[in-house]
Amino acid sequence: MNEPLTFQYAVDGDNFTSAGQASVQVKKVLRRLGLDPETIRRVSIAMYEGEINMVIHAGGGEAEVRIYEDSIEIVLRDSGPGIADIDQAMQEGFSTAPDNIRSLGFGAGMGLPNMKRYTDSMQIESTVGVGTTITMRVDL
Amino acid sequence: MTVANLAALDGMRALTCPEPEREIGGVYIGDLLSWVMGRAKADDAWITIMTNINVVAVAALADTACIVLAEGVAPEQAVLDTAGAKGVNILQCGRPIYETALLLHENL
Ligand SMILES: Nc1ncnc2c1ncn2[C@@H]1O[C@H](COP(=O)(O)OP(=O)(O)OP(=O)(O)O)[C@@H](O)[C@H]1O
Ligand SMILES: [Mg+2]
Repeated sequence: MNEPLTFQYAVDGDNFTSAGQASVQVKKVLRRLGLDPETIRRVSIAMYEGEINMVIHAGGGEAEVRIYEDSIEIVLRDSGPGIADIDQAMQEGFSTAPDNIRSLGFGAGMGLPNMKRYTDSMQIESTVGVGTTITMRVDL
Repeated sequence: MTVANLAALDGMRALTCPEPEREIGGVYIGDLLSWVMGRAKADDAWITIMTNINVVAVAALADTACIVLAEGVAPEQAVLDTAGAKGVNILQCGRPIYETALLLHENL
């Protein structure tokens, strides 16, 4: 099997205005590869939600995108506070976002549900005090 | 209807329009960004009153045809510059959200 095309990005935890840059880069790459618009849209939104979560809830982290022949894998890794109750976090409407973040339009508690909706598989591994790793896959 | 056609309607104004020929396929209204990403469809005109920089990324990634800022709200110039560079159309309408939506409804 061919090695996947791999892209890595550092996600800055302090810079809210540039949040989303990794996702925007990935979108450009997928466009250049000629993937269909709906697939690009699903990957872009799922990754952006995860990227924003790392900025808001975990002080940044790193993103890796692997493009295989038949799927795209997105791995988001952070050393933030971790998620104590993953089932609760996955519920639509659950959010611990602070007010200053809510005033920007985030904090609806819809990010993780969107990531699940737009991908074919999603795994969350999280340890309180250690960090969170989210792996998502979109089939081509 | 294209974004340029929409911008030409009475009450609408283009703040930045790098992709004027984009066709508008529908309309979505909302200010909570994750709702927009979950519910808006590609090619929708997105009506909102949010003007911070993150709306540009959301519109780009969700692939909406344009952002329509209702109630006459205006973003900072830096937001317009980023939108222009990223191919994100931003229009402004001085009317309240409901009337802005009606204007779209009557012309789509
Ligand atoms: N990487 C992470 N590290 C720590 N906690 C997280 C992380 N991602 C999500 N969470 C927790 O899960 C909750 C739900 O996340 P989700 O993305 O669904 O909503 P939100 O980010 O609060 O709001 P929205 O995504 O709608 O703007 C968050 O409020 C936060 O408590
Ligand atoms: Mg979120």
